[in-house]
Amino acid sequence: MDENRPVTVIKPHTGWLDLHLGELLHYKDLIFLFVKRNFVSLYKQTVLGPAWAVIQPLLTTVVFSLVFGNIAGLAADGVPTFIFYLTANVMWGYFSGCLTTTSSTFIANSGILGKVYFPRLVMPISTVLSKLIDFAIQYAFMIIFVIYFALTNSGVHPNWYMLMTPVLLLQLAMLSLGVGIIISAATTKYRDLRMLVSFGVQLWMYATPVAYDMFSIAGFAPGGKYYHIYMCNPVTPIINMFRYAYLGIGGVDWFYYGISWVVTLVILFIGVIMFTRVERTFMDTV
Amino acid sequence: MSLPMIEIDNISKEYRLGVIGGTTLNAELQTKIAKLRGKEDPNSKIGAKQPTHRNERFLALDGVSFNVMPGEAVGIIGHNGAGKSTLLKLISRVTAPSAGEIRLRGRVASMLEVGTGFHPELTGRENVYLNGAILGMTKAEIDRKFDEIVEFAEMAQFIDTPVKRYSSGMYVKLAFSVAAHLDSEIMIMDEVLAVGDAKFQNKCLGKMGDEASSNNRTILYVSHNMSTIQRLCTRVIVLDHGRVVFDGDTPSGVAKYLAVNRESDTVNYLENIERSRYCQRGIVMEKVSFPEKENNLFLQGGKVHFRLQWRTTKKLLNVVMRAYVNHVTATPVGFTSIPFGDLDAGQHFETDVEIDIAGLIPGSYYLSCEFHEIDSSGATTWQDCADNMLQFEVLENREIKLELMDHTNKVAWNHNNWGSIRFQVSSDNRLVK
Repeated sequence: MDENRPVTVIKPHTGWLDLHLGELLHYKDLIFLFVKRNFVSLYKQTVLGPAWAVIQPLLTTVVFSLVFGNIAGLAADGVPTFIFYLTANVMWGYFSGCLTTTSSTFIANSGILGKVYFPRLVMPISTVLSKLIDFAIQYAFMIIFVIYFALTNSGVHPNWYMLMTPVLLLQLAMLSLGVGIIISAATTKYRDLRMLVSFGVQLWMYATPVAYDMFSIAGFAPGGKYYHIYMCNPVTPIINMFRYAYLGIGGVDWFYYGISWVVTLVILFIGVIMFTRVERTFMDTV
Repeated sequence: MSLPMIEIDNISKEYRLGVIGGTTLNAELQTKIAKLRGKEDPNSKIGAKQPTHRNERFLALDGVSFNVMPGEAVGIIGHNGAGKSTLLKLISRVTAPSAGEIRLRGRVASMLEVGTGFHPELTGRENVYLNGAILGMTKAEIDRKFDEIVEFAEMAQFIDTPVKRYSSGMYVKLAFSVAAHLDSEIMIMDEVLAVGDAKFQNKCLGKMGDEASSNNRTILYVSHNMSTIQRLCTRVIVLDHGRVVFDGDTPSGVAKYLAVNRESDTVNYLENIERSRYCQRGIVMEKVSFPEKENNLFLQGGKVHFRLQWRTTKKLLNVVMRAYVNHVTATPVGFTSIPFGDLDAGQHFETDVEIDIAGLIPGSYYLSCEFHEIDSSGATTWQDCADNMLQFEVLENREIKLELMDHTNKVAWNHNNWGSIRFQVSSDNRLVK
């Protein structure tokens, strides 16, 4: 019987690709319990509860509509500014939420992580999954407006690209997870990066067509001077396709959407490797 | 011959001293740039020598090797900083060793802390599941054990209440129960039993002992509390400065630890002892010693003789000295007081005191002293006090031990349960029916 028992070997160094991803399967229940914990604890003792999930993108959308739509007068490609900003905000909100939370995985959870072992990836993965609940609420909210505007002939034309939603969401989750865990691995050594995260996410948002319509800006539109650089941002093709699916505006560039997937996979791969390198000894430096 | 459950093979763990990690990018860049330009590092300490600044390292564990067989309950003891907690962290995979290898044949349940991951907003039930999963159980396993866990914790009534409403004792009970019911072959515990009431502590120790002896689970237990070590562990490993200095049976291990660790001073110049701010310092205790002794060991049933040197700094009325003894776990044991009457300023005294420790059971104790002035109205003012000024060990006296075993039917004495004094008794037993 002794010989059949699994032997865990703890060594100072492991290979770069020794990722133990299979171990995550054993801890799938833990992932879901963390998701539940995150959700329950977030809204306990709040009056509005999960309604807060809607209020956040709603306020951002209203601000965007006022500032960019009305005051700056940026065009929204023929659809009401409100739904134009709402679609992108729902997606961007999920992306930035996952990114900022996963990027502080090690520092925010050092209490638990310093006392007990479980695959550290459980934490960022459960973060990304818990944010899905918020996303679902916001998405349902968005759908109501899409239906309303589609029925009132406001230039909103949902189409079959909507079926891509799960794929887009999966990609967004993987991308934010990848970037988040790269940052979290680096923050165990350089705390500076934490300060940069919220600022960097802001900048990234302005490099992505969230608060404006890229097709009405000459330099960024297809054929424009900066189009090819602009589209290298992996989030841009995702937002573009999402908007196209629900509003029928803008366009889909399959080439850059493919590039976006390649970038996503590479970032996630690098992230997982960096994360597993750091997780073994981060308690000594955090 | 079965294989060892835990194989620890020449493990070392090195830490960098001083600023450990977490430097800012800016500081690191400054250092690099200064180095490139051949200037002094702006982040080095003034006057620090470069090489020592960069390479000061500290070995928390230094070539530790041992094996643990299935069913063994091993206590790991050593003074603060000996490397006990580092060792447990390595075995529970919280951090990785710098050199060497650990092989574990079985699942590990590590309790470096009670209730890791407990969330105050969640109910007891939700936390049992969460904590169980954190410790490596699947949901199905927790489902199966849930009733047992709740029953052991005596918490059925409160299981659906958020744990933030729990008392700290309830919290600990529930958390311990979860860990105790893990289906793991190896249990690692870091002094977690130090919490909870005495009754529950006994229950936990009993449970642990059963698990080791009947279910063949392997237990590694770190504690400073020698009585729990003696109750639970069949073997003891003593660590000192990151090395194993003893590996063997519990009584000799505990003795070895006390020998390594004991503040074996027989003399204490009391100027460094921190005084309470209520002390008026009308009296200054200068030196305390066990005269004519080379160590601080006293035989059970004998007397403790100490000598105190002290002086007065002002005129005092009705001075009383109180000397008291605490067990090393800070439990008070007893006191005595000596009156000195009225004293003039600037007098020096040397006082010999002999305390009869006839009833005191073997163990480690602290001696403390304080001086009071009682004025004409009966009000007491503290003049000087020195807590834990000398430690002494009471050693087992074989003759007394034999007698004790006859009397108590070989029940071992446990300080936690019965205190530190065994009363002198005379009994008369008559058969009445």
